[in-house]
Amino acid sequence: MLERAEIVRKEYLRHDKKFPHVWCPGCGNGIVMGALLRAIHRSGLEKDDVVLASGIGCSGRMPTYVDFNTIHTTHGRALTFSTGIKLAKPELTVLTVMGDGDATAIGGNHFIHAARRNLDMTAIIINNSTYGMTGGQYSPTTPFGSKSTTSVYGHVEHAFSIAELAVTAGASFVARSTVYHATHLEDMIRLAIAKKGFSVMEVISNCHVQHGRRNKLGGAVEMIKGFKERAVRVEKAEKMSAEELVDKITIGVLADVEKPISTEQYQRVINEAKKKAEKIAKEKEKNGIKRYEE
Amino acid sequence: MIGSDQHERVLLQGNEAIVAGALAAGCRFFAGYPITPASEISELLSVKLPELGGTFIQMEDEIASMGAVLGASLAGVKSMTATSGPGFSLMQENLGYGCMAEVPCVIVNVMRGGPSTGLPTCPAQGDVQMARWGTHGDHPIIVMAVSSVADSFSVTIKAFNLSEKYRTPVIILSDEVVAHTRESVTLPTSDQIKVFDRVRPDVPPEWYKPYADNNRGVPDMAAFGDGYRHHVTGLVHDEKGYPTQNGLEVEQFLQRIHGKISKGFQEIQVTKNHQLEDAEVFVIAYGSVARSALRAVRDARALGIKAGLLQLVTLFPFPRKVVDSYLRQCRAVIVPEMNMGQMNREIGRVNQAGCQIVKHNRIDGHLITPDEILKHLAAV
Ligand SMILES: Cc1ncc(C[n+]2csc(CCOP(=O)(O)OP(=O)(O)O)c2C)c(N)n1
Ligand code: SF4
Repeated sequence: MLERAEIVRKEYLRHDKKFPHVWCPGCGNGIVMGALLRAIHRSGLEKDDVVLASGIGCSGRMPTYVDFNTIHTTHGRALTFSTGIKLAKPELTVLTVMGDGDATAIGGNHFIHAARRNLDMTAIIINNSTYGMTGGQYSPTTPFGSKSTTSVYGHVEHAFSIAELAVTAGASFVARSTVYHATHLEDMIRLAIAKKGFSVMEVISNCHVQHGRRNKLGGAVEMIKGFKERAVRVEKAEKMSAEELVDKITIGVLADVEKPISTEQYQRVINEAKKKAEKIAKEKEKNGIKRYEE
Repeated sequence: MIGSDQHERVLLQGNEAIVAGALAAGCRFFAGYPITPASEISELLSVKLPELGGTFIQMEDEIASMGAVLGASLAGVKSMTATSGPGFSLMQENLGYGCMAEVPCVIVNVMRGGPSTGLPTCPAQGDVQMARWGTHGDHPIIVMAVSSVADSFSVTIKAFNLSEKYRTPVIILSDEVVAHTRESVTLPTSDQIKVFDRVRPDVPPEWYKPYADNNRGVPDMAAFGDGYRHHVTGLVHDEKGYPTQNGLEVEQFLQRIHGKISKGFQEIQVTKNHQLEDAEVFVIAYGSVARSALRAVRDARALGIKAGLLQLVTLFPFPRKVVDSYLRQCRAVIVPEMNMGQMNREIGRVNQAGCQIVKHNRIDGHLITPDEILKHLAAV
């Protein structure tokens, strides 16, 4: 483990970028970054071939620190940039990291459409139940009744379950893990990257500074321990009742389906269009007629 | 259709000519969302791009379209989108990103009546100031207007070339009349078309500074996947591309991105002069209105009035020197626009000669006719 940590530090962190990073001590973002880098390392990818895109938020700062092709886009729109990058250069491995607000509030439409479209890309959503960067307002995953800077009397709305949302929207691969389960998280990310098609990795994380503090959930350690206690493997969860699953975090692979990938399908479009254009050009030549459209 | 080796005489509508121009300029990626009166651009590109190995995608909205266009351009492919007012409003956030991260791309706005859903099938020129100032923050941008089918072809090529050369989004303003008018045009042969491609770095990756100044003010641009592994952000950044709040670095960066457009001003500003040499009164017009203005000027000449037309192709950066010289030469200028007077403001600002400015505005969804302009020319 130590050895691998050293490889990750040497190989994958940007040394021309002045650390320290912007994250609070104990923030789960660092654990996710570590797991992601180890997963990339184990996947045997070349750094030149990896793109890491992000939106805006604490999570959005991750690309700055790592030595890939990196882009910090606009709030909620990361997947739209990734879509353009992937379509322009399908040979690149495109990973997108987002916060819960980023991916499912302002970027909710892009998120479900990316899942539906099924490009071969991976989205990693760090779900810390709040808007960390802007000071702890409620997000689409803030639990009912929770306190935030914009719900001081307790939240009156209900939360999204991101992984389930991704399954319904049609993602090829969906998994969930937490920042407590660092090795499991790494394994899941590796599977998500390896999967051909749109993969979604939801990571339950702690924002003890904004969310934990206001809801008496303790500091980073207590919150992360809480994830351990609440986590249930998918296989076990399948045998549990809805009541038993209240407040539990189901971890593992939630969906893994095979379906045509749109980049590959588009290659078929290109081949057919080229064939047709050639045929028209030949006819034109034969008939000596100049026509704009056939 | 994209600049063959023979002159090709074709019947095209403005939207189709924009497609032809884009393909001739090397555009190989389009992302868009359907909207009248721009949809033909999407539809035609969905057929033509794959023929050339390029990519067309219809996104979930215009915000996403603009994001995808920037992503594709950052991966090294010339990219564009096309829309109309409501969609152009949605593009503003990511358009600003394009200015900040210096991403070449072309955005076509086929203007229709506004505000809001407005008059979807009627021409207007109400988005002129929005094209200049639509996204937040001080930002440099290039805005061009097309007035005919021939223009739609050549200006689109010019727009791509400028976007590549200056690493900036370029906006093309068309309008419903230009977009849907069919005209017969002779397309230039491929050797007559000049295409400029962004300058790529040739230094080893460890030396590459993606946002370093040079004598052009335009840094060399690596594409994702080229082996440079650089960082791109919408935050103000230093020459390595990393976020900075250091006052000196912030100032230098923002001055550079504005300065690069000023440095290229001579090449960027495009205007067309018609019978201005001896003109005593003149018209300043752009877009489809310039067509009516040209006719009005010819009719005025027939009546013995020494009239001329200054057609603005580049609206921003505003070609102030050219405008100023004719304001000094003539005693009056007519400024017809299908809006409340958006370019008229710019003209007024530079009018130090005290030339009489007569604005003529229509906002009823109808084209300004030559007669309306002629009346003004006769009256001044
Ligand atoms: C269009 C837009 N609206 C609002 C903001 C302000 N903003 C910055 S980060 C953020 C929320 C971040 O929360 P989340 O996505 O959950 O990520 P976290 O900070 O928790 O990692 C918001 C609202 C913005 N940058 N852009
Ligand atoms: S505010 Fe919350 S999410 Fe942001 S760095 Fe601090 S702990 Fe992490």
